[in-house]
Amino acid sequence: MQSVHIMSAYDEELKFLSKRIAAMGGHAERMVEQAVAALVNADPGLAQKVIQDDLVLDEGQREIDDKAIVIIARRQPMATDLREIVGAIRISADIERVGDLGKNVAKRVAAVIDGRQPSSLFRGLEALANLALTQLKEVLDVYASRSVEKIGFVRDRDDQIDAMYTSLFRELLTYMMEDPRNITPCTHLLFCAKNIERIGDHATNIAETIYYIVTGDQMPADRPKGDKTDQVVFPGPVSAK
Amino acid sequence: MVDKGADQKGATQAAVARLRRSRWLLAAAVAAVLAVYAFGGFSIYVPLLGLALLVAAAMLPADVERQSADDAAAIEAGGLQRLSGEYLAAAVADPLIIFDRTAAIVHANAAAFAAFGGLAPGMSLSLKFRAPEMQALLDGIVSGAVASDVVDYTEKLPVERTYRVSASSVGHATDLYVLVFKDQSEARRIDRMRADFIANASHELRTPLASIAGFIETLRGPARGDPAARDQFLQIMQNQTGRMARLIDDLLSLSRLEMKPYLRPGTEVDLRQTIDSVIDSLEPLASENGVVIERDFIDGPLSVPGDRDELFQVFENLLENACKYGQSGGRVTVSIAGSEDGQEAGIDVTIRDYGPGIAEEHIPRITERFYRVDVENSRTQKGTGLGLSIVKHILTRHNARLSIKSEVGKGAAFTVHLPAS
Repeated sequence: MQSVHIMSAYDEELKFLSKRIAAMGGHAERMVEQAVAALVNADPGLAQKVIQDDLVLDEGQREIDDKAIVIIARRQPMATDLREIVGAIRISADIERVGDLGKNVAKRVAAVIDGRQPSSLFRGLEALANLALTQLKEVLDVYASRSVEKIGFVRDRDDQIDAMYTSLFRELLTYMMEDPRNITPCTHLLFCAKNIERIGDHATNIAETIYYIVTGDQMPADRPKGDKTDQVVFPGPVSAK
Repeated sequence: MVDKGADQKGATQAAVARLRRSRWLLAAAVAAVLAVYAFGGFSIYVPLLGLALLVAAAMLPADVERQSADDAAAIEAGGLQRLSGEYLAAAVADPLIIFDRTAAIVHANAAAFAAFGGLAPGMSLSLKFRAPEMQALLDGIVSGAVASDVVDYTEKLPVERTYRVSASSVGHATDLYVLVFKDQSEARRIDRMRADFIANASHELRTPLASIAGFIETLRGPARGDPAARDQFLQIMQNQTGRMARLIDDLLSLSRLEMKPYLRPGTEVDLRQTIDSVIDSLEPLASENGVVIERDFIDGPLSVPGDRDELFQVFENLLENACKYGQSGGRVTVSIAGSEDGQEAGIDVTIRDYGPGIAEEHIPRITERFYRVDVENSRTQKGTGLGLSIVKHILTRHNARLSIKSEVGKGAAFTVHLPAS
């Protein structure tokens, strides 16, 4: 945990930042969860709720920015404290993006509802969302416990998310080629999958920031980037496999 | 005896607390002495004045603190006064967490560690329980807006759990609060299971049922007088009913697993013996398919915490798949090795076949329920589409990982990474 300062108000301010980050994180987790649930269960009411909830995260990010700048100006922090504050700014930006991505998934619910797609697609999206949310949850748990030695899981999970995303991408393309009427809903689902995959990336960013806050070093960068959708092509009509 | 021990412990804790409380005073005193030393020749009044001020400042808060501690002690004087809170917390079967005014954990009982993990004294609760309703609960209690409150809290990942969480303050003016988690997952899960079971089962059972219905119609109509066709149709119908029975078995074992999301802690499984018996039980199937099972075990004890029956099922499902789908390779290798990735000690069990392999795009999804790489092949091999989801479910409960490596034409390797205790 944070070391103790002579000025207890300073400690209070730092604690406020991390508490606010955690609250934002919890909120973002809930939004993504509900956005995917709205998509899978075709529930436009829930989707509306998610869209409105995004305001809370925007507000949270502004508050953290203001507070962080005030702390820097007033306390002139050094070393761990400075990293803690800069880290809070970066993490809150990442969480805010996660919220936006969740909101975007929720916005597409209405477009996907008419003309139900095969349930295997939704199962795939749900599985992808579970991977991304597990990633986010574990990363935020590390933010709470500061046990960065466990942070290696982030990379494993990132690979899984990328592989799952590539697989969904292929499947969606196949559906689109089978029947042009599928193109509209499948394109929306493609964006949903992309958004969820991005959530995993933001979680990885947060993990890197936490590593930096705690150790003062950058996380070793041996991350081979990427999903392989940039290589997916179906030349001409494919034979059903 | 216990009382005496607790008394002694209390006394030491109080002494340490006093020392901690006065650490700034001590530090200031040392600083003052150093200042005296440094400015020794300068003037005697400067350090003297400083010391006097320090003593005056230190006396006031100390008095207030003693006063409030005396008050609290007087109020708490009852029959349970000597009982250590730690024993009391340990005796509660539900997860229980005691925290202070800043929402930092003071004490968590064993049930809380088992349920949530990663808890440590001093850690902030509002960082660990981030769900909006938990944040509101903690804020309300700590700010004193409400004396006690109850919310329902659901954790979706890694396994879905629902708790009814009650929070309240402890005693009078102790500045301590308690959270108690009552597990409601069972009731919620039964509801969910009912819905899921009906959706999955009806979809999967409809196909064989439709085929049986079709054959019955044919048997009663056009094929009425044709004994050869009758035999053939009855055979197909028997296969289909067999498939339905297997499906129901698998669905039931999956829902049994979902009913008990936690593992009983403390039981150890001997992997060598478990895997040997899995191999023995599948030897007939392997020879029927023309597959030879090879073993490659490291020496030494190979036990991991877990449930034997469940791990047996994991390796049985994996090995059975390898024998069925990797038939063309003619051999299957089962190897046990110490884990190589340095982050977490454990044991890796790899089941490798040399069959056609799995295309890359299917790998991330084959543990989903009813996901099949090749529907026809799976049906002829009497697959239900649930084997790997059962494997995955069991491994999640064991905190273990399944990694799948495969290249088309070169076979597939399923590696189970089991963490050591």
